[in-house]
Amino acid sequence: MSADPGSPGPTLGRDDVAHLARLARLAVTEDELDLFAGQLDTIIEWVAKVGEIAAVDVPPTSHAVPLENVFRPDELRPGLTQEQALAGAPASQDGRFRVPRILGEEQ
Amino acid sequence: MSELIRKTAAELAELIRTKEVSAVEVARAHLDRIAEVDGAVHAFLHVAEEGAIQSATLVDEAQEPASPLAGVPLALKDVFTTIDMPTTAGSKILEGWRPPYDATVTARLRAAGITILGKTNMDEFAMGSSTEHSAYGTTHNPWDLDRVPGGSGGGSAASLAAFEAPLAIGTDTGGSIRQPAAFTGTVGVKPTYGGVSRYGLIACASSLDQAGPCARTVLDAALLHEVIAGYDPLDSTSIDQPVPSVVAATKQGASGDLSGLRVGVVRELTGEGYEAGVQASFDAAVRQLEKLGADVVEVSCPHFTTGISAYYLILPSEVSSNLARFDAMRYGLRVNQGASAEEVMAATREIGFGPEVKRRIMLGTYALSAGYYDAYYGQAQKVRTLIARDFAAAFQQADVLLSPATPTTAFPIGAKIDDPVSMYLNDLATIPTNLAGTAALSVPSGLADGLPVGLQVMAPALGEAVMYRVAAAYEAARGPAPMPEVKA
Repeated sequence: MSADPGSPGPTLGRDDVAHLARLARLAVTEDELDLFAGQLDTIIEWVAKVGEIAAVDVPPTSHAVPLENVFRPDELRPGLTQEQALAGAPASQDGRFRVPRILGEEQ
Repeated sequence: MSELIRKTAAELAELIRTKEVSAVEVARAHLDRIAEVDGAVHAFLHVAEEGAIQSATLVDEAQEPASPLAGVPLALKDVFTTIDMPTTAGSKILEGWRPPYDATVTARLRAAGITILGKTNMDEFAMGSSTEHSAYGTTHNPWDLDRVPGGSGGGSAASLAAFEAPLAIGTDTGGSIRQPAAFTGTVGVKPTYGGVSRYGLIACASSLDQAGPCARTVLDAALLHEVIAGYDPLDSTSIDQPVPSVVAATKQGASGDLSGLRVGVVRELTGEGYEAGVQASFDAAVRQLEKLGADVVEVSCPHFTTGISAYYLILPSEVSSNLARFDAMRYGLRVNQGASAEEVMAATREIGFGPEVKRRIMLGTYALSAGYYDAYYGQAQKVRTLIARDFAAAFQQADVLLSPATPTTAFPIGAKIDDPVSMYLNDLATIPTNLAGTAALSVPSGLADGLPVGLQVMAPALGEAVMYRVAAAYEAARGPAPMPEVKA
């Protein structure tokens, strides 16, 4: 992307937003690109304040509660039926989710 | 208008238990009230009239009450899955979706014989502070229909203030229970992270999301807290420890003696940036607690002011990952535009998500991208550690911490919708608690220029008992809170 955090000028331009939208699978419109470029740049400038805190030796926290792996006994238990699992599907066929093409022509 | 709707949940439960009124009558009174005023308030996205009457009938037929709240009606935030009602999380992408299972919170409410009246409005996927980001229209604040009720759980809070329900459930990721409680003059509690199961709670930011009780009195919130809280093997972050005895603590607090208790005023969460009326209400509440025997000390939490910046990096990062599940393949909306799955996905998410959700997804995608991760997400996680340390140090000096719940009272609809940062700043005082995973609540502390103000009481992790005790003592000393008349 166009600039380093903390450097002058917009951190995030229109092309950067288009790139982010593509990564995030959002087919944003041209008007939205203009709107979001301005807003996201303002927001990023504002959240970049985290960089002003001296925290080199501070360990990161990803979670407030110390997490450890949680196991359960490997036993059969009731789950959704095939019918229930498919009940909300946009399309289904022969007891399966029906989805648009995933692979390209050559693949 | 039926006087039943003015009663507290505890009073209604007692009337139902002694058969003075039936649970069906109580449900009917609230359904009538919803029919009367919800056109103006728009707290509900779905009203489950038939289900509510059915559930209340079972309570009336039961030999023994299923819980201390059996037969009491409740408004459920539309972010919890319900097998018999649509669940949208305020988003078009889930319009008409019928979940195949109940959330643990939903299941516990049902098992307790609580009458679920319907599902309440919210900012889309709980991202917002006003309900203006709901795909289904804004909820109006019963105190002034031209103002927001707060968010994201504005629907749940407004339903309480409009006397459509005596109990509600919310979720609090950065203040979404406490800020609407403050804006509507109701009580809202964000329990310790892991205190209430997240199973079936549609995720916003998984490391911050927490479900909690909403009510018009501290005792009602405590009664509901004990119904929904507790270990759940279906949520791997659920805490496997006894639920704090919040009902007993509330009753103890209501006696009004706080002798020997240390309350800390957080220096960084007062003064500049807080409206004069909010500050005056807060100062009066602190004096009130002092009169009850509490020792007031000032504490400093120097990293709290940076918390909001850290939060708006951590939250969007988690959001960008969590909302990847809305891919148009297995459930929810599908927009058939383009031949490939990827094109259909992008078209669906473009149509299905509102602007605030898109902003946060892109912000999170940016914060997590290679080359920026350390400067943004990584640094925000370190600030999170420093905030937890600030709390730990402050709780050495005080049993609970105090601040105004919000910097302002309810703002006019439309006032902040085009300025995301000014909307975000509304969460200034509530966010540190979510980052640290600790507990906090908002209890009404009177009015400023005719609008409600909330007093925030913060407690250490699993310190809910002392928090409820202080809130109940304050509530008793304050006297009955003023409530609005809805001009439907």
